Amino acid sequence: MSSASEKPVEVKPEEKPTTDSKPVVKKPEEKPTTDSKPVVKKPEEKPTTDSKPVVKKPEEKPVELPAFEKSISDKIVEKFGDKVEVAFIKKDRVGINVSRENVHDVAEFIRDGLNYDHVESVSGVDYPQEKEIAVVYHIGSYTDPSLARQILVLSTRAQREENPIPGSDATKLPTLRDIFYSVEFHEREIFEMFGVYFEGHPDNRRLLLPEDWADLPPLRKDFTIKGR
Amino acid sequence: MTTELPSDIKPTSSKILLEKPSSDWLPPGLALQKVDERIMTLNVGPQHPGSGHMRLIVQIDGDYIVACDPDPGYVHRGEEKMAEYRNYITNIPHLERPVIHDSCNILYPYVLGVEELLGIEVPERAKYVRVIAAELNRCIYIMYWLAIYGIFLGHSTMFMWPTGDRELLIDLMEKMTGARVTHSHFIPGGVRNDLPSNFEDVCLRQVNYFEKRIKEYAAVFYDNPILISRTQNTGVLSRQDAIRLGVTGSVLRASGIDFDVRKKEPYDVYDELDIQSIVMKEGDAYARSKIPWLDMLDSCNIIRQALQKMPKSGSVRVKLKPNPKGKGFDTVYKRVESGRGSLGCYIVSDGKPEPYRLKLSVPSFRNLIALPYLLKGEKLGNMPSVYWSLNYWPVEADR
Repeated sequence: MSSASEKPVEVKPEEKPTTDSKPVVKKPEEKPTTDSKPVVKKPEEKPTTDSKPVVKKPEEKPVELPAFEKSISDKIVEKFGDKVEVAFIKKDRVGINVSRENVHDVAEFIRDGLNYDHVESVSGVDYPQEKEIAVVYHIGSYTDPSLARQILVLSTRAQREENPIPGSDATKLPTLRDIFYSVEFHEREIFEMFGVYFEGHPDNRRLLLPEDWADLPPLRKDFTIKGR
Repeated sequence: MTTELPSDIKPTSSKILLEKPSSDWLPPGLALQKVDERIMTLNVGPQHPGSGHMRLIVQIDGDYIVACDPDPGYVHRGEEKMAEYRNYITNIPHLERPVIHDSCNILYPYVLGVEELLGIEVPERAKYVRVIAAELNRCIYIMYWLAIYGIFLGHSTMFMWPTGDRELLIDLMEKMTGARVTHSHFIPGGVRNDLPSNFEDVCLRQVNYFEKRIKEYAAVFYDNPILISRTQNTGVLSRQDAIRLGVTGSVLRASGIDFDVRKKEPYDVYDELDIQSIVMKEGDAYARSKIPWLDMLDSCNIIRQALQKMPKSGSVRVKLKPNPKGKGFDTVYKRVESGRGSLGCYIVSDGKPEPYRLKLSVPSFRNLIALPYLLKGEKLGNMPSVYWSLNYWPVEADR
């Protein structure tokens, strides 16, 4: 009994590594690369209508940018030339990077020339390695129906200091409050959370933090949560 | 530098106009200011001026408000900082805490954003389940808001009825997700669980009854002459100022601007559903309080359509790898229409399992800027109705 039962057991492991090992090894290779390989395989198996758009998409995307979004970024580049840098053009989103000297002019053009009228969100992003703090404005439009889907992502960077004294160090940006009124509370939040002082903002008080907060601005990367 | 007020908003009958507080920083309430015998400074809050903790520093001349300085931050919990220490999946339960009774809608933009970062395709049935959950949650939120609006104005019936009728939908959500308020139901790649077996029938029945029930609110609340006299023509926000201040949601639509993210930038399957974007032109507290109620009636319609069009079977989630991460540096900004307005989520990923930076752009925070303008020149007695008509939720605004 034992010898009979052992024999097939002995044979199977011998066969398995030879025959099954290849597909076993292949599968984990395919999985981490996500959808790319199964997508490539499908057209070979089914050269029908469904496979074509699946294959084409990754090839076309880098070449053909969405036309309307491209036209928005073209207008800005045409006006400002080298002063602006187009960060990305995605569906319904256009990203523009500007230096802090030009952000006020570019924002003014975005409002007057492109019909954007309000700011949805202002976010700070801390980059300690690059010694900069990015401030990102997400700008939308209520008045222009063609821009209803669009968000213009205007990003600028402020100089970052190791030992911040919020309000009295070099971490400063011009305010956009005189252009987009809706940034008032957002910029107050950025000031307390990142220590970016907005020059020309009429009301540079703290908003969310307690009045006696004496630590680093808490959303900077060097402020760490205790126990983590 | 234009620091003056928008031209349209003029105090109705106040004789004295104060300048804005000077920009020299001192803790609010402690700042030394010119003493005027006529002006009294009043601290409303931080213990519950409405619901949730926030303070309004109000200056009054007799019965009229001459200046108002909102002071939020008493329920600031650092959600955005916490998110940088947790991976994309473990972020889900704590991100819905700012608005626990609208928890599906506050998770929605985050989940959509993570799906775009990771390149996940969501099954069709999961999209419909999400829409149903989001609409039910919208109704649950608005009912809670309406209950507090009722008690703010001293209308006890309007506190009791929505609180009771809300249970219908909470029971539905419990059936669907297993939890009454904090569902944690949406995950990148779909929803956590499939619907229970007889959910469609129960949901249809309850929603039909709920719709019949909230229609009765018109007789007791919205057509009530006392409510109308207290809210009509108070806190009027003109169309032009609504655009300038960048308000959102029911506040925006009450001022005559047709902007609903579900319609303008449809996500998931909202483009296949018939959505009415309700707009009123008055811009006063009455219009702002009526639009959420009309939104609920619309939500009932959307739920019925979604139940009809939903695929009857199929997967509701994509299996994710453990600790999913993005493909290098990438950013994404997604927005949805929550119970209070457009809710955006900005995620910066650096290719690690945790987000490098996560920002919630919440409608309550965006609507807060309108409060000082609306209160200027109003009677102090109208403060609660104007404040709560802004659909403001302090815990969400502070994050």
